[in-house]
Amino acid sequence: MSGPNARTITGDEYFYGHKACAGCGGALAVRIALKVLGKNAVAVLPAGCMSAVGFNFPNLCFANNAIISTFAGTASMMTGIEAGLKARGLSDYTVVGFAGDGGTADIGLQALSGCIDRNDDVIYICYDNEAYMNTGTQKSSLTPFGASTTTTPAGSVVRGNIREKKNLLEIVAAHGIPYAATASIGYLDDYMMKVKKASLIKGTKFIHVLAPCPTGWGAQTDMTVELAKKAVDTGLWRLAEYENGEFRLNRDITDPDGIRGYLRSQKRFAHLTDEDISHIVESRDARWGRSLP
Amino acid sequence: MTKAFVSGNEAFAQGIRLARPAVVSAYPITPQTVVVERLSEMVADGELDSNFIHVESEHSAMSCAIGASAAGVRVFTATSSQGLLYMAECLPYAAGGRFPIVMMNADRSVALPWNIYGDQSDSLSQISSGWIQFYAMNAQEALDMAIMSYRIAEDHRVSTPFMVNLDGFNLTHTYENVDVPDQEQVDSFLPPYSTTNKIDLEKPVNMGFTAGPAYNVLFKMSEHMGMLNARDVVPPVEDEFMRIFGRRYSGMVEGHLLEDAELVIVTLGCVSGLCMDVADRLREDGVKAGVLRIRYMRPFPDREVQSALLNAKAVCVLEKDVSFGNAGVVFSEIKSALYGSGCSCAICNRIAGLGGRDISFDDILAIFEELENRPTDVGFIGGSAS
Repeated sequence: MSGPNARTITGDEYFYGHKACAGCGGALAVRIALKVLGKNAVAVLPAGCMSAVGFNFPNLCFANNAIISTFAGTASMMTGIEAGLKARGLSDYTVVGFAGDGGTADIGLQALSGCIDRNDDVIYICYDNEAYMNTGTQKSSLTPFGASTTTTPAGSVVRGNIREKKNLLEIVAAHGIPYAATASIGYLDDYMMKVKKASLIKGTKFIHVLAPCPTGWGAQTDMTVELAKKAVDTGLWRLAEYENGEFRLNRDITDPDGIRGYLRSQKRFAHLTDEDISHIVESRDARWGRSLP
Repeated sequence: MTKAFVSGNEAFAQGIRLARPAVVSAYPITPQTVVVERLSEMVADGELDSNFIHVESEHSAMSCAIGASAAGVRVFTATSSQGLLYMAECLPYAAGGRFPIVMMNADRSVALPWNIYGDQSDSLSQISSGWIQFYAMNAQEALDMAIMSYRIAEDHRVSTPFMVNLDGFNLTHTYENVDVPDQEQVDSFLPPYSTTNKIDLEKPVNMGFTAGPAYNVLFKMSEHMGMLNARDVVPPVEDEFMRIFGRRYSGMVEGHLLEDAELVIVTLGCVSGLCMDVADRLREDGVKAGVLRIRYMRPFPDREVQSALLNAKAVCVLEKDVSFGNAGVVFSEIKSALYGSGCSCAICNRIAGLGGRDISFDDILAIFEELENRPTDVGFIGGSAS
């Protein structure tokens, strides 16, 4: 399908005037999704970065209806809102959730699972900045191997996070969800197409969008989009869809040797040894089911 | 109106059916299960036009209820004990958002030790959560409160969630004869929910926001005032209820033989009825016994307590909970209300019925006998295994 793109997307802003950090990938993910969904999007955001930067009374930054949920309750509040608006006889709206990696893959996973199980007609978007950034960069279950966070510091004995990133797409897909996808703010056309597609499908939709955080990753603030591209190009992050019971890859690896450069441009990976980097390359190859040079 | 022989849970479900919530979110827990089972049957049989949502936890039950209320519709949920505590984060959330959700809580013991039977430890641990708290005495009152609670909670001066507490098993599972009102009567008493505190596609709103130190007090004060306003809303709502349904309720508290009572038991929930029977019996012997039943723990009926106990000589607060390291929660509140009120009574605390232990006629008789000696201690009934 031909999705929305830079030429056709609306000039209207729905998430504006917030106080997110310079170069915030999460803010871009929210802003762009709302441009695709339009003014009748009803947004639910749990306690986390985007609610912290957008809802400081009296500076309320959403031009569409928006509400903060409890940290664990994004999906269940979406369920209630969807049921309530339907009961009012309304139909021209989209209930959309924006939760971070911790809010989705850790504390919010139970509610998300319940929501998918009920097949509630909502779009759940996880903006993944790979740690609890709002509280100052603590490890979540979507923090990648090797990353130094304030709770997985690069010490002399343990060098950062020792666990691999949880495979959230497959967890969600295992519910038999109507539509799930991964995306990256480095490839906005692809992301916008997926948000648009999700808005046209009945039932629960899930989009997991990689959204770099210069503050937490220790990167230049003008590198956010570049990092989000590189993660895809090197195969560390995949653009994929799950639909009608099948997975589909949307983009192949184009820069198989770029992993070292990607890692070295971020302070969170500064301590990694050659051995660690080899492990990351091997993990990437294993995930893709092939060995790359 | 029809007559029905039903349990407290079933009576409450009948009341909720008549209140027509658009959304019911529910997660099962003993001894609340029957109320949500009956509601799901009513939805399945088309007797209740409601979206029954099978949430995956109590936290989600309340989170979902908040979402539905924010969407502008009437909503119901029910829980008990561990479930109430699991959703505890969402209780002040609903109250702070001024969402007039009605929840039935089947009062039950809190683990550890595990115990499924009734006491009031669960709800009394949450009296500062911003919810109106009501304690029902019998199935008829439970049914009537299922209807009246929405009128009070949704009043624009109040806009506060409402928890109706039914003693687990003693009330939830005891069968009684009740009058079930007709739908037309209820519709004339309880109009559809109408609010401006809702998601609006024409005029979008930002809800559930952050308020820093500069504004926080304003919101909290407003929440406090809303809850206090319920004290003024309850009497006219009960008057109207009397006119339409013919049943009279007594406001924030219910006094029994208090006009000249010297020895008074203050209590709440279904054990109140037994206390009143014992007081009646003692009156036959010329003992000036009386009972003060706390119907609302929040907002707290301090003025009613002060005037009801003004001439009492000795008072015992009998309750099914303990705030470890201090005393019963209700005892502390009553004592606090009496300070400076001119009441010179001796006041003691008897903690009883924990984990469903029976409170017998003789137990209550013994309390009244003890009151002759004007005790002031905190004591347990049933502290030795038997």
